Amino acid sequence: MSANLTAVNTLRTTPIVDVKTETDTVKTFTVKDKLCAKAKPGQFLMLWIPGVDEIPLSVLNAGDGEVSVSVKAVGDATRHLHQMKTGEILGVRGPFGTSFTESRGRVLLVGGGTGTAPLLFLAKKLAVKADRLSFVIGARSKGELLFLNELDAVCTEQSVLATTEDGSYGLQCLATEPLEKLVDKEKFNIIYTCGPELMMRKVFDLTEKRKIAMEASLERLMRCGIGLCGSCVIGKYRVCRDGPVFTAAQLSEIKDEFGISRLGFDGSRIEL
Amino acid sequence: MNNNLLSVNIAGLKLASPAVLASGILGYSADSMQMVAESGAGAVVTKSVGVTPRMGYANPTVVQAKGGLINAVGLPNPGINDYVGEITYAKSILKVPLIVSVYGYSAEEYALAAKKAVEAGADAVELNVSCPHVKYTGSEIGANPKLLKDVVSKVKADVRKPVIVKLSPNVTDIVEIADVAAKAGADALTVINTVRALAIDVETTLPVLSNIRGGLSGPAIKPIALRCVYDISECVKTPIMGCGGITDWRDVVEFLLAGASAVQIGTAIATEKPDLFQTINRGVTDYLKKKGFGSVKELVGKSHRS
Repeated sequence: MSANLTAVNTLRTTPIVDVKTETDTVKTFTVKDKLCAKAKPGQFLMLWIPGVDEIPLSVLNAGDGEVSVSVKAVGDATRHLHQMKTGEILGVRGPFGTSFTESRGRVLLVGGGTGTAPLLFLAKKLAVKADRLSFVIGARSKGELLFLNELDAVCTEQSVLATTEDGSYGLQCLATEPLEKLVDKEKFNIIYTCGPELMMRKVFDLTEKRKIAMEASLERLMRCGIGLCGSCVIGKYRVCRDGPVFTAAQLSEIKDEFGISRLGFDGSRIEL
Repeated sequence: MNNNLLSVNIAGLKLASPAVLASGILGYSADSMQMVAESGAGAVVTKSVGVTPRMGYANPTVVQAKGGLINAVGLPNPGINDYVGEITYAKSILKVPLIVSVYGYSAEEYALAAKKAVEAGADAVELNVSCPHVKYTGSEIGANPKLLKDVVSKVKADVRKPVIVKLSPNVTDIVEIADVAAKAGADALTVINTVRALAIDVETTLPVLSNIRGGLSGPAIKPIALRCVYDISECVKTPIMGCGGITDWRDVVEFLLAGASAVQIGTAIATEKPDLFQTINRGVTDYLKKKGFGSVKELVGKSHRS
């Protein structure tokens, strides 16, 4: 991200042009915004829910002057957002942060929960480049598996593997469980992951053992989004500026925190 | 940068460069402060820490304005008892002075936070008597000569390390306030904190910041900060750290010429490149050589006539 873009990236208010219900708890919101329409997979934006809060969200889709984000209703801000309709006003800043590299070769994506959103965005870009595009998607139950049909459409045939914790769809296990076998069989060149941090840490540990390239998109409490306030620091890195996408080499420098702890609202350390 | 041209002494602190990381910027974690120090900062100031933890305000806490940023982050901090661990760790890795910023709701609280910070290894403390957006502390203390005097004297009585007082521009006469801080024993003054400000969005007709009011930083306030430094240095002998909108070497030189002995940089960390401090150090060095000065110390206050 160029320094200059941050300097001019002021808050814009813009109407919601589309709201789509994805699952019982996830909706996708699309707004018009020329800058965010240039977002790359892995980048995020700060979404202002006027009078309520401003939250960081990974981009699901960008182009044609519009940008989409998928949001799970988990707290005050997101529940409020879920009540909003087409035509109502939101604020955006961004796109911010680093993006996934768009690698050729044999590619595996591992997504959990709404972490699937930026990976679907990436998968769409990779569909024409990668030799093989596989996806392991995990959720608590069938109703929470996000973008299953969309992933089937962009990934290599028969290569989307779903896992649920309650066994209501696909394999009954965590998304990380089938990975070791899959990785040994498919000889991937790179693994991209986004989702719960404990899941990403397991992916990292596996790729480190097998010496496979990997990139993960991290989440931390964010305030300014532009590298000033220090709320999102992990080791020597700022997730908003140096991330949110980190390479395996960077992750190995922050092993003491990645998948282990984060900073809370008061800056104290909280175990994951 | 090992460069004698740039080295300064302020309030007993030896700085290899006059450019210091300002409080509130990245200063939670020792690792981030170390990154800034390695990039050429002469010292680092932590975020403000108080006696008890604070969560800060809901977002939006930062909004961009023309020529700067308005923030009301709300002094989030884990409390000094929790933070001493980070101070100790920071001291073990930093090669530059560590200045711990403290705030409180009474002279006793400032003194307690300062004492614990110093015991944990802080090379100096900076008293935040100028935060413009938290009630009963910050500028509510720094704008009241009596409270300010009590806070500074109490901290001075309780700690043996340099005490720096960060002043607010949101007062009728900053020189009068500076004089109070100086007479109460301040070893240095940081001039200035942010300028009280507001942002409104016309589409929603709402103020943007959750706290409504915030503090403006960045290039927009530089001329104000420069004037404050100039005015104070005319009347008060206590050394000054200039702060407000510094973005490049030229700004640094201007502050020194106005009467500052060192400067602090915050907002530019977001708007400029990561090698900001290095670029500034190089720029100031080139300026000194070109103009035939032997040290940045020769610049301090040089713009004052008579």
